[in-house]
Amino acid sequence: MDEKNIYVPYRMRIEKITQEAPGVKTFRLKFVNDEDALSFSFKAGQFGEYSIFGAGESTFCIASSPTRKDYIECTFRQTGKVTSALASCEEGNVIGFRGPYGNIFPLDDWKGKNLLFIAGGIALPPMRCVIWNALDRRSEFGNITILYGARTVSDLVYKHELEEWGSRNDVKLITTVDPGGETPDWKGEKGFVPAVLEKMAPASANTIAIVCGPPVMIKYTFPVLDKLGFTDDTIYTTLENRMKCGFGKCGRCNVGKVYVCKDGPVFTYRQLKSLPAEY
Amino acid sequence: MIESYLLQSSSLTKLFNKLIETRHIYAPVKKGMVTSFNRVESLEEVAKDYIQTTISAKSILFLRNEILFHYKQENGDVKIMEPDLQRIPELVIWGCRPCDAKSFKSLHSVFNWDYKDIIYSSREARSAIISFSCNQADEYCFCTSAGSGPGHTEGSDILLTKLKSGDYLAEILTEKGQLIRDMIPAIFETPSSESKEDNLARIPIVFDTAGLKQKLEQAWNSELWITQSMRCLGCGACAFVCPSCSCFDIQDEKHGKEGVRSRCWDSCGFSLFTRHTSGHNPRETQAERWRQRIMHKFSYLPDQQGFTGCTGCGRCSRACPADMNIREHLAALINDSTSPENRVA
Amino acid sequence: MNEYQTIAAGLLSSGTAAMVIGYSEGSAKRVRPVFFTRPEEASTLVFDSRCVQNIAVYLTKKEIRTEGKIAIIASLPVMRSIIQLASEHQLSEEKIIVIGITPSGEVKQFNGFDALDAYVSSTTIEIEARYREKIEQVEKMTLTERWNFWKNELSACFKCYACRAACPMCYCTRCTVEMNQPQWIPVPSHTLGNFEWHIMRAMHLAGRCVDCNACAEACPLGIPFNLLTKQMILQFKKDFGGYNPSLKGLNILSSYLPDDKENFIQ
Repeated sequence: MDEKNIYVPYRMRIEKITQEAPGVKTFRLKFVNDEDALSFSFKAGQFGEYSIFGAGESTFCIASSPTRKDYIECTFRQTGKVTSALASCEEGNVIGFRGPYGNIFPLDDWKGKNLLFIAGGIALPPMRCVIWNALDRRSEFGNITILYGARTVSDLVYKHELEEWGSRNDVKLITTVDPGGETPDWKGEKGFVPAVLEKMAPASANTIAIVCGPPVMIKYTFPVLDKLGFTDDTIYTTLENRMKCGFGKCGRCNVGKVYVCKDGPVFTYRQLKSLPAEY
Repeated sequence: MIESYLLQSSSLTKLFNKLIETRHIYAPVKKGMVTSFNRVESLEEVAKDYIQTTISAKSILFLRNEILFHYKQENGDVKIMEPDLQRIPELVIWGCRPCDAKSFKSLHSVFNWDYKDIIYSSREARSAIISFSCNQADEYCFCTSAGSGPGHTEGSDILLTKLKSGDYLAEILTEKGQLIRDMIPAIFETPSSESKEDNLARIPIVFDTAGLKQKLEQAWNSELWITQSMRCLGCGACAFVCPSCSCFDIQDEKHGKEGVRSRCWDSCGFSLFTRHTSGHNPRETQAERWRQRIMHKFSYLPDQQGFTGCTGCGRCSRACPADMNIREHLAALINDSTSPENRVA
Repeated sequence: MNEYQTIAAGLLSSGTAAMVIGYSEGSAKRVRPVFFTRPEEASTLVFDSRCVQNIAVYLTKKEIRTEGKIAIIASLPVMRSIIQLASEHQLSEEKIIVIGITPSGEVKQFNGFDALDAYVSSTTIEIEARYREKIEQVEKMTLTERWNFWKNELSACFKCYACRAACPMCYCTRCTVEMNQPQWIPVPSHTLGNFEWHIMRAMHLAGRCVDCNACAEACPLGIPFNLLTKQMILQFKKDFGGYNPSLKGLNILSSYLPDDKENFIQ
């Protein structure tokens, strides 16, 4: 039969493991089969089902840029059964990956615009994909600003990349930690993301705001963006809900009539406003 | 393309015996109080005079546990062994009710929606559905309000309606049905003038689904979700007996270096169904989970797939240990005046 | 109005109870649990032999706990469940009024757990003869026969967990079957997973099951897993003189007495 069993994952070898923060790791994954690598492609915003054979599958975004073709990366926090099994993996181990699933950040529609990325905690990974994607196509966009906050300095993920982004002339990076989360030599901001956003007051003209973070951060960030003049169509975010299949069959990730796995995970604030609060 | 024939009562055994020469037949079998679809070897084993089986016919195509693949870890790699779908035998689902047959349409569309599920599809492709019209119903049946009916043809390959004479009106509805007819053409005779309608159960229409859908669009904040679900125990009986419910879980099981990944039935009524690992649950209360069940079947699916996820078989009501009666609750929702107009809080 | 209806209406109209949980006519000659807050609704309360669902199950639900003081129409098994739940510190005495209906049809209102405990203690749990016979039959089987008997019965289970949901003693917010680190019980409803589930449930009910039979009544597939808990109750009779839920006595399987028989060590 030439049709594929959609539940069968690609086999991926863990090429590199980076400890990002306490309990948070990034895996760089390479396809075991070269043919899989050649036929695979994805776009910024999409996600996949990562699995440990014998433990099960877990859903996270693809955290690397689609412009980096020979590998994919994922970043996860060790929390449940599958992420604990993943966390105990070593470089060289083979894990499963199904995907890519879901919709995308419409990067092509944002050509010529300024991009404002606002992320909190472990929600930088879904944004990292689109940040690198935009940086790899740097000339197509206007100003790129990244505001990233975490509870404490040690909770900031992608520390090397933050350094790299901070040292670039063509990116404005603002990092912040919650009050009390700073170290003596912390040079960034102190304060919650929405407050820092309000203080820095970025211009909304010709700008797209991309917001990813814990629900409470999102809740307080939207009104600030609203005050700064961002319209509902210029604010993007991603939703996450519990999923099993990733392609609209297992029936649990829906928010009203919208499936996060098929219609999302990327939504504009306007779309979000039309949905019930089932996320 | 419906072709009608007369099948004498004695021809039923001939048809069954012809089919079993080459196919596996699943039919309702009665054991104690429970009637369910089991593999049968003879027509004698098949239950008679059942209004409805306890578990629906979906269990034959959408298995309650289905192995998606086997795996084996060896030499630092993983070997994945997919199930051999070519080995699925030709099946006949015999004695299906029209409501169950219709529900296969909704299973088909969910399992083929964008991503084709070849495990379900292969089994579906190898199955023929021989349904029997209903000449009796109970007070849980409401197929006529859910777009089906006691003699509804949709989803069946052959529909047999028992006539007063004891003979059957055989309606050949699909190519699969024609193939079966061609296996034993002699028993398919010229039909009598007896009307099919006169031999069907009378099931009053209690509401119309289009009206229900319209009403549900405004019903998000209705009090009825709370009052109706107050007695709901949060089990999965309704979903598991339902012919249309298709939600599932994916689970791994391992034995040393090898194991399986499988899919098993799940229910939106379970509190863990949507719970995040963090403990956050988008549908925290039973009322929200009850709303999801009704909305999914009567609002979301009609929007996404063009038909409801309910064919009015009434099984969920029969199975409910707390007597949640879906027909009654839907009728109440249609006449509901408690929902504020604003759709989302 | 009859006696329990009058009591229920009175408790609601005086504001003594915020809600009455009982039974009313349901669909197809069944009864169903109801949750009344208005005195005029009390006239639709029914109580007869059809009231086999154990409505004590609702007393531990979050949605009900927040309603204020609850009056509950209680059959003897419901009364036993309330005492067992109280002995496990799951219910607060000041929030529950029991409108008990004894097997002989006598209506007794209990405002505190002590009086209810005294009444429950005056009764004994008797396993019905038809179940005793079935249990004897199973016990007489050879190991192979018994294995096949249970395999045949339990393999039908599709794990809808209606048994658990219907059981007042299954109040855990996270059941063992949902623990996945490690995964104690396989999730799929294959024969092994079903065996583990039903054995685990029976073990967790040992010394707690009041034999209300609500689990078996709830099972849409008519699986006789209640034989397991019934057998344990018979075993307690042999080994410890019998089990009855009580606020005063010791929990039968979590207490040690020096003269306990140790005949399980063989």
